[in-house]
Amino acid sequence: MTDEVNSGRRRLLTTVTKGVGLAGAAALAVPLVASMKPSARALAAGAPVEVEIDDLAPGQMKVVEWRGKPVWILRRTDQMLEEMAAVTGQLSDPDSQVVEQQPAYAQNAHRSIRPDVLVVLGVCTHLGCAPSKAFDKGGSSGLGDDWVGGFFCPCHGSKFDLSGRVYKNVPAPTNLVVPPHSYVSENRIVIGADETEATA
Amino acid sequence: MSLINWIDDRFPLSKVWNEHMAQYYAPKNFNFWYYFGALSLVVLVLQIVTGIILTMHYKPDADLAFASVEYIMRDVPAGWFVRYLHGVGASMFFLVVYLHMFRAMLYGSHRKPRELIWLLGMVIYVALMAEAFFGYLLPWGNMSYWGAQVIISLFGAIPVIGEPLAEWIRGDFVVSDATLNRFFAFHVILLPLLLALLVYLHIVALHKVGSNNPDGVDIKKNKDKDGHPVDGVPFHPYYTVKDTFGIAVFMTVFLGIVFFVPEFGGWFLEKDNFAPADILQTPPDIVPLWYLTPYYSILRAVTFEWLPGGAKLWGVIAMGAAIVMFFFLPWLDRAKVRSIRYRGWMYKTALTIFAVTFVMLGYLGTKNPGHVDLFVFENVIWAQIGLVLYFAFFLLMPIYTRFDPTKPEPDRVG
Repeated sequence: MTDEVNSGRRRLLTTVTKGVGLAGAAALAVPLVASMKPSARALAAGAPVEVEIDDLAPGQMKVVEWRGKPVWILRRTDQMLEEMAAVTGQLSDPDSQVVEQQPAYAQNAHRSIRPDVLVVLGVCTHLGCAPSKAFDKGGSSGLGDDWVGGFFCPCHGSKFDLSGRVYKNVPAPTNLVVPPHSYVSENRIVIGADETEATA
Repeated sequence: MSLINWIDDRFPLSKVWNEHMAQYYAPKNFNFWYYFGALSLVVLVLQIVTGIILTMHYKPDADLAFASVEYIMRDVPAGWFVRYLHGVGASMFFLVVYLHMFRAMLYGSHRKPRELIWLLGMVIYVALMAEAFFGYLLPWGNMSYWGAQVIISLFGAIPVIGEPLAEWIRGDFVVSDATLNRFFAFHVILLPLLLALLVYLHIVALHKVGSNNPDGVDIKKNKDKDGHPVDGVPFHPYYTVKDTFGIAVFMTVFLGIVFFVPEFGGWFLEKDNFAPADILQTPPDIVPLWYLTPYYSILRAVTFEWLPGGAKLWGVIAMGAAIVMFFFLPWLDRAKVRSIRYRGWMYKTALTIFAVTFVMLGYLGTKNPGHVDLFVFENVIWAQIGLVLYFAFFLLMPIYTRFDPTKPEPDRVG
């Protein structure tokens, strides 16, 4: 033993001890933080759902639940599709160019696989409220004389057309989200799975 | 006394008591505004006590929560009383905290050397907002549900990490049982512990530098031969007695509300929350409770789509910035004097406009942006005017406080 302190070695040991302690704390934080992610049960509840649509008459809409969110399935009439085409000038993204808002197979004029059947999440892209149906046309809708029918979010006044495309100058920044979906038969939709996943 | 001596040899009991109560000299000129610090502490204790009792009967489960609250209201002895104390207590907490903050801005209590007290106080304020937000989900009413949905989705506006972050907070793809369960944990464990610690630090910092007063004068400059400030009185018994009187008056008002108007016309408990959470049915107007609506107004006032990144992102940024502004107050204020009594017309005018703006934004936050509830213009226009005035108060402060024609501070309190 000597009375002299090897301060270089002491500093090294102190630094290494602190470093190991910090690394240990950081490693411990990983599983703790991860434990707050959606659990296996929540993930399983997010599995695709199958919906029968042969009872859906033109002009009718049904609401189903997928991943705890309302999914609208709207069967549009030919008249609806025609009138919708006339108001594209008032929309902020008429060609669905924000790619995150729909799968590639719904990036078309009607934002759907079958031109008449719209499948869209009924969750406002502003702050997650549930927009309501506003299918009445004209002044009686309270949304202006040139309103051709669509959806209206009562929370902050966002407006969407019958393809879930957002109007200009409203709080919602993007079109409503078209969830991944596919047809297993002509009138049977799987929500939550693309074509390839559904057949696999 | 021998027991005290026995303890004092093992724990600094008398020392702590003297330092913080019997020998803590506070300025002798405290006025009405100085009640609200003590009152916030009273409400904190009340919230903890009533909260513990509610926890004994409440079930943090999406299938059971709403019914368990109704069970507390109907079947638990005095359950209605405990729940209304807790619910009204939340609003009263914010009321006294807002008045406590306004007091600081009146008399310059945030100024050097009390910057750290102010910062700790602001962290308490933010923790309190989180505590209130988590607590509001627990009854699992429809406004609870949609309020949480909207606020959590604000995180989704953050580029890249936003959506995964929102999912991590919820523990699910939507607000669900998992969300309710963890919000319960945050509300009853995490934030109360944090609040208790922060309040402790707030008071330790205060007792290190000493209390400010309505004259903004440093009482430690004039000490008597024992080393005590001439213009100070021991906190105990002088202010413990004064505060007891204030608490009595406050509790009279508080209990009057609890007994006669516990919902306060929808301001303390919204009518949409008497229906259970329904994921397919949004309430017609989703609004937080009054104490958060000034910021909600600012969020909704940003409707300018031409901003890069979109209006939603900038709304969230503006809302966050509105809270952050308060943290910089001690350094934005450049006046030579602390108290409003010796400040000039500029600060007096600015503070008045700010207080009116804050209340106006709070009111507008409870209303539909497209309606006309004030004069002539739609609510959103007023909110945009309010947003400009709100930020102008802070950002122009270094200018108007420097050129403000102040009066000289006296040497001693009046």
